Amino acid sequence: MTADLQEASAALIASIPRLRRYALALTGNRSEADDLVQDTVERGWRKLSLWRYGSDMRAWLFGIMHNLHIDHFRRRPPPTDPLDDDTPAPPVRPTQTNGLEMRDLANALQQLSIEQREVLLLIGLEEMSYEEVAASLAIPLGTVMSRLSRGREKLRVLMDSPATERRPLASPLKVIK
Amino acid sequence: MISPISEYDLHAYVDNQLTTERRHEVESYLAERPEEMQRVQAYIAQNAALRTAYNPVLNEPVPRKMLPRAANDRRFWQHLAAGLLIAFVSGSGGWMLHVPSTPSTPSAALPSQLTVPDLAEQARSSLAHQAAIAHVVYSPEITRPVEIGAEQEDQLVTWLSKRLGSKINPPKLGKLGYELIGGRLLPGQSGPVAQFMYHNIAGQRLTVYVSTDQSQNKDTGFRFAQEGPVNVFYWIDGKFGYALSAGIDKGELARIATAVYQQLQKPG
Repeated sequence: MTADLQEASAALIASIPRLRRYALALTGNRSEADDLVQDTVERGWRKLSLWRYGSDMRAWLFGIMHNLHIDHFRRRPPPTDPLDDDTPAPPVRPTQTNGLEMRDLANALQQLSIEQREVLLLIGLEEMSYEEVAASLAIPLGTVMSRLSRGREKLRVLMDSPATERRPLASPLKVIK
Repeated sequence: MISPISEYDLHAYVDNQLTTERRHEVESYLAERPEEMQRVQAYIAQNAALRTAYNPVLNEPVPRKMLPRAANDRRFWQHLAAGLLIAFVSGSGGWMLHVPSTPSTPSAALPSQLTVPDLAEQARSSLAHQAAIAHVVYSPEITRPVEIGAEQEDQLVTWLSKRLGSKINPPKLGKLGYELIGGRLLPGQSGPVAQFMYHNIAGQRLTVYVSTDQSQNKDTGFRFAQEGPVNVFYWIDGKFGYALSAGIDKGELARIATAVYQQLQKPG
């Protein structure tokens, strides 16, 4: 038990950088992200003895973060209409330079619903398998897939602004003589 | 007979979650459908853009406030090591085991039976503590364990020496089976510290932590500390503090620490 707990505490501390990366992408706000990580670590630490030894620490911690984030969100509903899967994509403001691409990505992410953003980030950034995401968020695999599919498509539309047209196209253009 | 390619397959293709066989099937499917191909490529680009934008966060030092409060208390690790996570000391001591992590608490407010910690001792062992935390945070990192890799050792030495204000060379541990992976700069108690990381053929990682803000402390010989799962050998030499951390057997770590110590004694 003691050795397990030691290993668990080391694994928890070692997960902090990944939790921070995910939280920043999820919230789009550094101080909010740091608060979320701090709360997650604190709660994880208190519940460490409940973590089943040998099970996936990462899925467990991201699950804790998910619950905390949802709680935060419920307590402070945003002053806007919540977006859901069927909300049409709002127009994207024009972008001036490629240097703003990172900010565009962060902005576009914030325009997805939380549910879509979570799934997209756990898969795209955290590189979890679809089954791991389903376990972390406690949702069926089919729901993971539909959120992923809708989220990616929405992000594609949002990012498909004039700035992206300057990038080389996937297939070479045909020259018309 | 090939089963039809679904939306699931296209995403699993993007995320590298298909078997090689199915992957080939998806590729031939896409080859005939340029629009689907474009969509899949856009999704692949999304994943790449996310990693480019957010991976740098992995390299940021973890702020102390983000660590669990209990882990900031060095005594915590001793509890853990002794299997006493919850139990407090029995007998007459009261809450003697609680040592404030900041020594600024007015002493008048402390219960009379509190043992006032020896501040010098605390500062020395905080070297071991900080080194152990840095070890635990960075050594499991797979993609970015270090900021500058061993292949650019000259650059690493120049950079760390400049930032620490003293010539710092990573010890050579090849004869003991440990190769340098690289190093990184970290915040210490009152200034920058350097961390060098090594690994052996079995993938076991070891870190050497070098601080240059120990001038207020007396020199020490070799000291040993166990910080949770990490064993640490450390010593102070003038303004330099060194700590060697790894999750390996104390005897083996002592052997490596001796080699490091001897190398550092030799000029150049």
